Amino acid sequence: MALEQIPPKLAPQQYEENFADLTPPMTRRQALIEAARCLYCFDAPCTQACPTHIDVPSFIKKIMTGNTRGSARVILEANILGESCGRVCPTEVLCEGACVMHEKGEKPIEIGRLQRYAVDFVLDNHLRLFRAGAPNGRRVAAIGSGPASLACAAELAQWGYAVTIFDKNELAGGLNTYGIAAYKTRAADSLREVEFVRQLGVTIRQGIEVGREVSFAELEKQFDAIFIGVGLGETWELDLPGEDLEGVCGAMEFIARTKIQPFGQVEVGRRVACIGAGNTAIDVVTAARRLGAESVYLIYRRREQDMPAFKYEYALAKNDGVIFLWQTQPVRVLGRDGVVTGLECVRTRLGEPDAKGRPKPEPAPGSEFTLPVDMVVRAVGQKPLTGFLRAVSGLELRQDGTVVVSEGHQTGNPKYFAGGDCTNGGKEVVDAVAEGKRAAGSLDAWLGCPRAAH
Amino acid sequence: MTDLRVSFCGLESPNPFWLASGPPTNTAGQVLRAFDAGWGGAVWKTIGEPIVNTTSRYGGIDLNGVKIMGFNNIELISDRPIEDNLREIYEVKKRYPKHLVIASLMVESKRESWHEMVKRAEGAGSDALELNFGCPHGMSERGMGAAVGQVPEYTEMITSWVKEAARTPVIVKLTPNVTDITRIAAAAEKGGADAVSLINTINSLMGVDLDTFAPRPTVAGKSSHGGFCGPAVKPIALHLVSTVAKKVRIPISGIGGIGYWNDAAEHIALGASTVQVCTAAMHYGFRIVEDMIDGLSQYLESHGFRTIEDFRGRAVPNVVEWGDLDLNYKIIAEIHPELCIGCQLCYVACEDGAHQCIAPHSAAGNGKVNIHGKGVHVPRIIEEECVGCNLCALVCPVENCITMREVPTGLPPMSWNDRARQQAGARPGCALPPTPSGD
Repeated sequence: MALEQIPPKLAPQQYEENFADLTPPMTRRQALIEAARCLYCFDAPCTQACPTHIDVPSFIKKIMTGNTRGSARVILEANILGESCGRVCPTEVLCEGACVMHEKGEKPIEIGRLQRYAVDFVLDNHLRLFRAGAPNGRRVAAIGSGPASLACAAELAQWGYAVTIFDKNELAGGLNTYGIAAYKTRAADSLREVEFVRQLGVTIRQGIEVGREVSFAELEKQFDAIFIGVGLGETWELDLPGEDLEGVCGAMEFIARTKIQPFGQVEVGRRVACIGAGNTAIDVVTAARRLGAESVYLIYRRREQDMPAFKYEYALAKNDGVIFLWQTQPVRVLGRDGVVTGLECVRTRLGEPDAKGRPKPEPAPGSEFTLPVDMVVRAVGQKPLTGFLRAVSGLELRQDGTVVVSEGHQTGNPKYFAGGDCTNGGKEVVDAVAEGKRAAGSLDAWLGCPRAAH
Repeated sequence: MTDLRVSFCGLESPNPFWLASGPPTNTAGQVLRAFDAGWGGAVWKTIGEPIVNTTSRYGGIDLNGVKIMGFNNIELISDRPIEDNLREIYEVKKRYPKHLVIASLMVESKRESWHEMVKRAEGAGSDALELNFGCPHGMSERGMGAAVGQVPEYTEMITSWVKEAARTPVIVKLTPNVTDITRIAAAAEKGGADAVSLINTINSLMGVDLDTFAPRPTVAGKSSHGGFCGPAVKPIALHLVSTVAKKVRIPISGIGGIGYWNDAAEHIALGASTVQVCTAAMHYGFRIVEDMIDGLSQYLESHGFRTIEDFRGRAVPNVVEWGDLDLNYKIIAEIHPELCIGCQLCYVACEDGAHQCIAPHSAAGNGKVNIHGKGVHVPRIIEEECVGCNLCALVCPVENCITMREVPTGLPPMSWNDRARQQAGARPGCALPPTPSGD
């Protein structure tokens, strides 16, 4: 990116302030008071609402009694990534959304923060809560080291499996490391959890792309079963003229840079346009503002009420001073000397209802206008890793490229199991963990390894 | 306009709120500030031969993040010279002649020593004397405090010595650390006491540090039993005040767990003429008396009482023996589904902890839809099984969601004692009923 397009650098301290934890960790006293508010419901709706069914009242009660280690054990037994889920879960629509306190007209219990408090205690103090099971002689490979694979591997390792995770990236952790807004979690936080799983005896081989550095045939020969947790790929293109100009990038790539580069080195425009209105788009626009961009536009072809991002994510972006252009769609990226200088847009109007019953936006002729921007970020979803997945024989793919799996997360090729974004098309971290766990259970049953009591 | 003035043993107090003998009444400076804040009287920190205190001295028990549900101390009586205390009492009385200053006294168990101390205290201008026969720690080992108050004969004897010399009213402060407090109260009355005050603190150990095994409050790794007080002791105090109110005819100054005006009103309803407060003032300062006065005034006004005397003791006749309770009175629990939040606490409490009279929500439409459009699982009372024990209503976190409803049985009142009398009549020669078992 040309230098004049980069906004003036902020002071290092300013970056840290801008990307400080959105919800800061709790002090011991705060945690005790919040834990004391929990009613300790029987058959609690928060537990039911959690995809990994963490026994929420139980772990909260343990915080209250000072048994923080036991609290973390309850959380991590159900969800090995309990720390990051405590930070990044959309608790407002999961556990905290189900909290009976809403019925009582009171603030729901801050379950996410309490969860982080308990697990942080264990991670900060390097406590080992779980151990590898007695070796059962079986070997399992996992492809990708994101939440689904880590959850699957952690289960299997405790049951005595020798698990090797292959990941093509330099750092392990998948989307947890590379793809979540820095004010929610940092790469280092994710890597701490990766270490926790590694301590169970799981081997993680980074920088190795299956199908390239190691063949599927080799994997199948060496391992009794294989779990695919590769997630999704790069951001979809917009198919607009000018998209190849310098200054156009995908949301995932932009966010990844904020996670692995010092904030001051992340390139960002003075004026940034982001196309799309999902939760990832919110991550992009808030990150751009916090990196120092002066004007940040979020461009969405539908109406405000159609926006797929969660309400509180939207509120966050509004608070950051992001400008929302509803019922607007990009027409072409404008540039000079190969560098972005603007984005031509057109207003849309409501057309006939589409398959989902939503009015289909149509360009309103004559309403074109140009937004002077020097950076354009695409946030319109990730492409499936179709090429990779097709290389596995017997794998059945849906039209959208996601892997078809059984209820136990077994694929069309019985030796392969799959879970996470590559099967569900892109959901929450906690969903990936739940699916990885479920896959571990059915993989274990399929291999017919009666496991010792643990 | 309501009138909170009370008459106690012929003394007029601006209101029933006194500071109990303790750390808040240690100096003239404190008592003057307390009177400025609105307290009607102060029982001076117990005066006697100066002692030496330990550090630390106090312990607290918190409950679910709320500080000081219970409190204890191993502090002794005043550690300042007798003459300093008496001079300060004189100063305070000179500046606040209409407020009551009561000297709390503890002296070695010798007739002459008591006579001398009584004269000195009265000479300083104290309005009344409170005999500290209750301090449970430190002083009792030296033959004072509870060592006197636990033996009816000693209580009567020393009270009578004091009465020989006293010209002002004598209040005997009672310890709860006895099997039957009414025997001590009666002994004090017999010895000539003009009033009793109760309860003093309860023997206690506040806890143990599970790393060092040092009990609390800790003095160089060790501790000793101390006096327990604070909000947690109110039920014990109320019970003992009511039993003493039934036993003696002299006035009572109620002490124990009073933090708010309504705590005070309960003591008064059970027979106390004045109340004494210590822990709450130690926690929040003297300013708490403002709402005590305001709240009690409003209570009187809303209930049509002109003075404290109008409701004092009104609850005493309602405290009866278990055997006189009506066995034909029946209530059952009722869940108001519109208020239910679906926590299932009533269900699990009844199922595991009581009498298995609540059914969990069933598929048969036993629920409601909440604001998010999700189902709320409302449990159901099995009315024919409900024993009316209150447990579900007690555990329910929503006000008025579970209420207890009277179910007329159509039967005339009958108590266990009535029943026993009937059975004794029907079966001549069998006078005593079988003792009911269980609590």
